Amino acid sequence: MTMRGILRNLALIIFAVAWLLIAGIPFYFMALTGLKERFELFSGGSVFAFPQAPTLANFEDILSSGTFFQFLFNSVLVVAVSVGLILLFSAMASYVFARLTFRLNRPLFMLIIAGLVIPLHVTLIPVYLFTRSIGLYDTLWALVGPYVAFNLPLSIFILTEFMRQIPREMEEAARIDGSTPIGTFFRIMLPLSRPGLATLAIYNAVILWNEFVFAFVLIITPKNRTLPLAIWQYQGEYAMNIPAIMAVLTLSALPLIVVYILGQERVTRGMMAGALK
Amino acid sequence: MASAAARRQDINPVRKWLRWNEYTPTLVLFLFPTVLFMVVFVIWPIISSFQLSFYDWNGIDPTRKFIGLENWARLLNDNVFWRAFGNNLTVVVLSIAVQMPIGMALAILLERGGRRFNIFKTIYFFPLLMSSVAVGILFKYIYDPSFGAVNGLLKAIGLETLKRNWLSDPGIVLYSVIAVICWQYIPFYMILFLAALSGISEELRDAALIDGATDRQYYLKIAIPLIRGTVRTAVLLSLIGSLKYFDLIWVMTEGGPSNASELMATYMYKKAFPSFKMGYGSTVAMALFLIVMGIAVVSFYFSRRLETEV
Repeated sequence: MTMRGILRNLALIIFAVAWLLIAGIPFYFMALTGLKERFELFSGGSVFAFPQAPTLANFEDILSSGTFFQFLFNSVLVVAVSVGLILLFSAMASYVFARLTFRLNRPLFMLIIAGLVIPLHVTLIPVYLFTRSIGLYDTLWALVGPYVAFNLPLSIFILTEFMRQIPREMEEAARIDGSTPIGTFFRIMLPLSRPGLATLAIYNAVILWNEFVFAFVLIITPKNRTLPLAIWQYQGEYAMNIPAIMAVLTLSALPLIVVYILGQERVTRGMMAGALK
Repeated sequence: MASAAARRQDINPVRKWLRWNEYTPTLVLFLFPTVLFMVVFVIWPIISSFQLSFYDWNGIDPTRKFIGLENWARLLNDNVFWRAFGNNLTVVVLSIAVQMPIGMALAILLERGGRRFNIFKTIYFFPLLMSSVAVGILFKYIYDPSFGAVNGLLKAIGLETLKRNWLSDPGIVLYSVIAVICWQYIPFYMILFLAALSGISEELRDAALIDGATDRQYYLKIAIPLIRGTVRTAVLLSLIGSLKYFDLIWVMTEGGPSNASELMATYMYKKAFPSFKMGYGSTVAMALFLIVMGIAVVSFYFSRRLETEV
């Protein structure tokens, strides 16, 4: 390797390591501080110093209080229900947009796509009032409606594109064999769309897992909260106990990080689904 | 059957106009859930917000008072709202100016590095996996003047004079928060650009290198111009996202101190919920809506034109 080549490689590696530090140090700070004893931070040592007496007490406190698992369960439940509905509804609508022609096909599709840029804050007050008036306010179920509605446009857009790529032969064959349109949808289109649906499941699950605004406005009772709100709540409870807060953050970030490490390619592809051309 | 259906189509003008056929019942059934959810949770709320913006109402009283354009007149003279709008523009400009070049540089780095750099790619992606709320709380402590990592780092490398109250100094709070936004979203643009760069054909690259192009020339003159569609997408996403921004700012500063980091969305939330001004809150929400939609339409239009001209 020439001198220039070595220098260039060195420059690449320095840049790579520099960004590694920028991206990684906050996580290091978070996990490390979570292992510290409560008053260690106040003793004046460097914040990056390794804990004097590493302890899992912060993690144990949070996990043994039981509320953390309640929040985890709430998040899993509302995300699972919402993602299930998003996939079903968007697959149904995409089938129509991709395959069936009707007069309002194009305008309706454009209208739904316009939903991609709508700031959800404009709906916050009416959705809050509506949720109160139908008695769902302060329950986990209040979140499902807005979660589904705001994530349908992107899912429909992506799935419609996906379904347009699927060759028509199998549907034609099924039709000749006397399959109804609904039968064709369930037996042929849905199975063939599985890769697209998988990507969308990941994308929507990540978005909703981290959703904050609607959960913040529509839920008051602590036991009904989802994980992002729970972190917010712990922050108030443990205001002066920074290691405990860092332990909560570490625990709340772990599920997604584990899933990511297990299925890196899929998760990356899923999370990039929002980047439309 | 088919001819009977066709005849029926002919005699009913509405059916004919709608191109009614054997698939129509399925079509209606399949669109119904989507249309229902979109109408109830998106379209109707927008109309309702517009309506509420003409009222004075605390959200609880059975009667609401119609006050015409008073809320809108108030909005035009509301310095805090316009300050929030200005802050939003700062977020837009700095987000694009910081995220795009760094995202592109990292994408090029990862492409040059190939498989050997996979471990870097994995860790670079981490910030995107955390919720904005968690990122906000984490950085609140990282910026903490006494126990935080930023001042701790400055102390460790002997730059104590640069220590600041990162989130309570009105002069720098907005920049502190924008830095966190960039930290969180750069990986997104990095992966987006990396995917586009990897999509460029090997032959094109080899041809350029055989013709004696250096790496720098290849990226600046060939690769980046080739993926300008992706760059355009990235800029639009960042633009729209920055205008709607809420979570992280709310968690870190709630728009403070004294509105120094206020954004349109945080201001809207404050007016509507803690202070129960549903009318004025709706006015701010409508203004946010109109501004976002307006900017979106204009930028889509211009970016398409740019795209076809280049």
